[in-house]
Amino acid sequence: MNISKKVQKLPPSGIREFFELVIGMKDVISLGVGEPDFVTPWNICESAIFSVEKGYTSYTSNMGLYELRLQISKFLKNKYGISYDPKQEILVTTGVSEGLDITVRALLDSGDKVLIPEPCYVSYHPVTSLAGGKPVFIDTKSTGFKLTPSLVEKNISKGVKAIIFNYPTNPTGVSYTKKELIELSKVFIKNDLIVISDEIYDELTYDMPHTPMSSLKGMKERTVYLNGFSKTFAMTGWRIGYICAPKDLISGMTKIHQYVMMCAPIMGQIGAIEALRGSGRYVQEMKREYSRRREFIVDRLNGMGLMCPKPEGAFYAFPSVKNTGMDSVEFAKKLLKKERVAVVPGTAFSREGKEHIRISYATGMSDLKEACVRIERFLRSNER
Amino acid sequence: MQEILEILEKDARTTPEEIARILKKKPALVRKAIKKFEKDGVIVKYKTVLNRELIKDKTRSVRALIEVNIAPQRGHGFDHIAERIYRFPEVVSCYLLSGSYDLLLVVEGEDIQTVSSFVSQRLATLDNVRGTVTHFLLKKYKEDGDILKRAERSKRIAISF
Repeated sequence: MNISKKVQKLPPSGIREFFELVIGMKDVISLGVGEPDFVTPWNICESAIFSVEKGYTSYTSNMGLYELRLQISKFLKNKYGISYDPKQEILVTTGVSEGLDITVRALLDSGDKVLIPEPCYVSYHPVTSLAGGKPVFIDTKSTGFKLTPSLVEKNISKGVKAIIFNYPTNPTGVSYTKKELIELSKVFIKNDLIVISDEIYDELTYDMPHTPMSSLKGMKERTVYLNGFSKTFAMTGWRIGYICAPKDLISGMTKIHQYVMMCAPIMGQIGAIEALRGSGRYVQEMKREYSRRREFIVDRLNGMGLMCPKPEGAFYAFPSVKNTGMDSVEFAKKLLKKERVAVVPGTAFSREGKEHIRISYATGMSDLKEACVRIERFLRSNER
Repeated sequence: MQEILEILEKDARTTPEEIARILKKKPALVRKAIKKFEKDGVIVKYKTVLNRELIKDKTRSVRALIEVNIAPQRGHGFDHIAERIYRFPEVVSCYLLSGSYDLLLVVEGEDIQTVSSFVSQRLATLDNVRGTVTHFLLKKYKEDGDILKRAERSKRIAISF
């Protein structure tokens, strides 16, 4: 069958071959996982089970259960002091992935350009292209994977409408101080950019407070705030995300959402309400554990010669493998074959990702320790 | 330094070097802190959590929870008599509670007879013990925060973005 040119042109998932290799192998310690290793806190599971027993198995309103939108609104107000009207400015989505998709579809006309700092999450490019947009990639390697005002300025050209900005960043773990964000916001405002701000890892920011883009002066009206429950509450499989944005944009996105998704799954929405009501303790426990693993893994990687700046957030480290003389794909393949440790080559996240690998520390401490022993042995055998 | 305890409580085998790495402290400093916790009795000992149902250890296969009613002693309250009781090696745990009885014991033995005779001959006969109620334990699901069922294997896919 002839599939559309648009889809044919989509970049293939660059590491599918590697993917297959991992899945076919036994006893692999995977540091390639982009989701928490914790299971969802029990209070959340229990409330969803209860709701199913009570017969909550229907559609919800397109925008999501009002109670959930209200809780999200309160949560953001308490945590960050930002106000979103639960009736008009919040839309519950099937994960942030859908949120991002309908954002770009609602915003872009054919040929509109979108700035995408790299390395970045794998879907930014395809969703932009599918929506008819033109991705303009900004490589951030030279600035320690941080987007800077001058990098933005350099890439501004006619037709640039928006930027997809993600912090703390998957795959680098980089995040930004309030001061850095203010500087960036000035450039965004000056160039009249809409900022699609993917802040799914906000709660996992370790050495500083997280500052949402929309909390900055002059930004709320040009920001699409994307967040969800997957990372903070270990709820990846529940598929619940949300978008906060100006009401005209939300109403545009709701149109697409109602046709393609109808609504996010109700069990997930009910679980999410419970997550916001009573899971603070679990979130803090998980965060502390991630933070400890972060200290451990960064120290170990640097100790064995894989240069790795300390990530400020998320649960990824992004060390350089340049010293080994291998490119990231070769490194990942050999490491997998020789020592059965899976990591993701940087090329999955960036055109310029040949020198880096992504290591996820969303893995129990004992596996992390063992993985480090194996990586170290691999590096030594490579030296010989 | 308090965090050292939290880490050890989760996994007592974490080495001082590993703790130092996690907390960004010098290993010597961590070792010193652990020594002090041990000396002060904050760290009592390091043990292994077992699921006894899976071992055929005849000597400790029966457990009972025993409610004990006590007449407190002048000048000593419950402490003296509690000590008389908890020094028996059969007594695995001993708690003083508020409510309708005073002490709650966990007692271990080879079989029901052994535990019963411990109760009837040693425990109930003590002065000041006014009465006991014995509950034999049928199944243990969770103990001290640990679910005893073997953890299910992770259901995550090996690579995701």
